[in-house]
Amino acid sequence: MVIECKHVWGYISDYLDAALPEDIRLDVQKHLEHCEICSAILDSTRNIIILTADERVFELPGGFSERLHARIDMELKGTGDD
Amino acid sequence: MTKQNDNEAAMIASILAGDAQLYHDLIRPHERSVYMMALSFVKNEADAEDIAQEAFLKAFRNLSSFRAESRFSTWLISITLNEARSRLRRQTIVRMESLDDPPDDGEVASPALLRDWREIPSEALERQETRQMLQDAVISLPTIYRQVFQLRDIEELSVKETAETLGISVPSVKVRLHRARMMLQKQLSPLLKSVNPSPKRRWLLWS
Repeated sequence: MVIECKHVWGYISDYLDAALPEDIRLDVQKHLEHCEICSAILDSTRNIIILTADERVFELPGGFSERLHARIDMELKGTGDD
Repeated sequence: MTKQNDNEAAMIASILAGDAQLYHDLIRPHERSVYMMALSFVKNEADAEDIAQEAFLKAFRNLSSFRAESRFSTWLISITLNEARSRLRRQTIVRMESLDDPPDDGEVASPALLRDWREIPSEALERQETRQMLQDAVISLPTIYRQVFQLRDIEELSVKETAETLGISVPSVKVRLHRARMMLQKQLSPLLKSVNPSPKRRWLLWS
C-alpha cells in the first residue's frame, strides 16, 4: 500500500522501536526508500534520541553524591543496631 | 534476569542480613535516574535533590518489602514518583500543568522538516551549548511526555516496565513516547544552522 508522509510521521516512533506490524513496517520502509524528507526526519529523530541518552547531557548537580551518601550515613548510624 | 539484577538481589540480601553499608554501593548506579525523575516533577534542582534523598532513605527503610521479581531500578523510581507526588500535595503548589497537558489522543504532531540533526555526531556533546540545548528541550516537554521519554529513551526501560512504573497503559506509553520524540525533533531541528551551502557535506554551527 502506498502511504503518505503524514502517515509515516505517525509511525516513526514505533518504527524506531521495531514495534510495527510487518505489513505496515514494509509500507513505511518502502516510503522511506524514496522520500528524502521522511528519511531525514527518521534519522534526525533517531540521532536526537541517541544524543539525549548520552550521560554527558544530564549531569548531577555538583556535590549531589556526597550530600546523599552523608545523609544515608546518618540514617545508617541511627538504625545500625537494630 | 540480568547479571546486574542478580548482583543487586545479592546485595539487598546482604543489606537485610545486616551489612547496611552496602546500601551505598547498591544505589550508586541509580543516583542519576532518581534525581532526573524527581526533576521532571519539580523542575527545580534543590527540590529535586531533596526528593531524591528522601526517596533513597525510604527505599532503605522499606528494603525488606522489595520483591526480587521487579527490577530495583523501577522500584526506586516508583518510590521517587510517590515521594514527588506527596511532596507536591503537601506543598499545595497546585501545578496546573497536568491539566494543561494535551490529551493523548488528537492530531498527529508534524515534525520539523529540517534534516540537520542526523548529522550531529556525539562529539558535539563536548560542547556545553549542545548539552544545554538538549537539556532545555527535554525539560520543556510537558511532564507526562517527559517522564515516558526519560524512562524509555534515557533509562532504557521496556514499554511494559515504563507502563508499570508510571501506572499507565502500554498504548499510552507508546502514544506519549511518540509525542515526546516528535516534539524534541521539532524543537531541536530549527536550532541548527547549516553554514555550508553544499547539500551533501555540510559543516554545522550551533545557532
